[in-house]
Amino acid sequence: MIRYTEEHEWLRLDGDIVTVGITAHAAEQLGDIVFVELPDPGDTVSKGDDLVTIESVKAASEITAPLDGEIVEANQAIVDEPGKVNEDPAGEGWFFRMKIADASALDGYMDEAAYNAMIG
Amino acid sequence: MIDLSDCRTTPLTALHERLGAKIVPFAGYAMPLNYPPGILKEHLHCRARAGLFDVSHMGQISVVSPDGPKAALAALERVMPVDLAGLAEGRQRYGLLTDPAGGIRDDLMAAHLPDRVLLVVNAANKSRDFAHVATALPKLRVKMLEDRALIALQGPEAERVLAGLAPEAAAMRFMDVRVLDLGGTEAIVSRSGYTGEDGYEISVPADAAEALAERLLADEAVEPVGLGARDTLRLEAGLCLHGNDIGPDTTPVEAGLTWAIQKVRRSGGAREGGFPGARRILAELAEGTRRLRVGLLPEGRAPVRGHTPLYAAETGGAKIGEVTSGGFGPSLGRPVAMGYVPAELAEPGTTLWAEVRGKRLPITTAATPFVPNTYKR
Repeated sequence: MIRYTEEHEWLRLDGDIVTVGITAHAAEQLGDIVFVELPDPGDTVSKGDDLVTIESVKAASEITAPLDGEIVEANQAIVDEPGKVNEDPAGEGWFFRMKIADASALDGYMDEAAYNAMIG
Repeated sequence: MIDLSDCRTTPLTALHERLGAKIVPFAGYAMPLNYPPGILKEHLHCRARAGLFDVSHMGQISVVSPDGPKAALAALERVMPVDLAGLAEGRQRYGLLTDPAGGIRDDLMAAHLPDRVLLVVNAANKSRDFAHVATALPKLRVKMLEDRALIALQGPEAERVLAGLAPEAAAMRFMDVRVLDLGGTEAIVSRSGYTGEDGYEISVPADAAEALAERLLADEAVEPVGLGARDTLRLEAGLCLHGNDIGPDTTPVEAGLTWAIQKVRRSGGAREGGFPGARRILAELAEGTRRLRVGLLPEGRAPVRGHTPLYAAETGGAKIGEVTSGGFGPSLGRPVAMGYVPAELAEPGTTLWAEVRGKRLPITTAATPFVPNTYKR
């Protein structure tokens, strides 16, 4: 199951693990990404916490935690090669994985059709 | 959505739209930030081959004296701390408009043309510059050229491409200015730019701009480059952006622009002083300043942007300076920046600390340009 936030994150649920990345639309809007700072595995985060810093050639932006949970994995590959986020935002360019207690927390987020309607 | 309806357009706006540019407001104009390849690729392409930039938003101010361009140049020395009387016909020079406090109203290029002086000034300041020069020098005929476009062609293949339209372009040296016939269009061409690369800035009548741009773009070496890459290119070249790195709050000496003040205008020179802010600027030339603009190389990968505070130590202490421009340098594959630091900490290789998102990151003062320039001197 994939859900989307208004902040242009995608959330993919597998069991109790959610993988988080940014959408192709967001990556295109940001432009060439040159720096990513990710949370550390083991961090406990609350929905709305500033979690990821993304710097494109143009500007810096932040991504907040979409859900409550614990960070279980961060994608070191995009720290080493931030351009991967532009190349494959829905795949190799994922940001982090978090373990969540309550999968129903995703219910409030958009499905693909709703997200596509939002970005027009 | 960004509202561009109040923005002015340039003679190349329709072309930018056809080329798929992302258009943003800049200094009151709708300007291309980048084209489909994006800032990174545009930047690298300009350094590798040639980039075409629309800089028509900049002010082109014609200054005419009834006694000829030499008289106009001599008069302009009253508003600039620059040796203009010594500027030969067919040559251009970097200049500064100073204010009575010694600050920098604007930076510009002054070209000695056969019949007049042409000033090229920053877009955001052009109305003020025009009013200032016209008021300060009432005997000169000062005119804003609203009916001309300005196109920059920059990069190692610029010479070959422009020489294809006008062979004389190849013989020009850095900062030469010529009136050339570019396929039936009379163009004022200078061998200069804002990228650190060899190249040209080409002033043409507005109605000829699009055809010329398309002709230049028809060469397979030339790609359009937007304002985004213009900024990263000039930052790597260590060139100042007025409003960021220099302005009314900085003096030419603080900004490290003393090279733009020739000896003849300094204390002991034949035409010493006589420009706004001379007292302070001449004193600073003799005695130095408390702060200086320096290049800054952040350690690590995080870009350190304008307005980031600088500290002398990793913890504690008061802010000692500030980054004025900073970002990712595509040619270097690392962040680069510039800013002001106390003079005693300006020596290249001094480690300072930049506070980014609450964390102090090491940043080292460095000589500029970060990327060696390739001007054809």
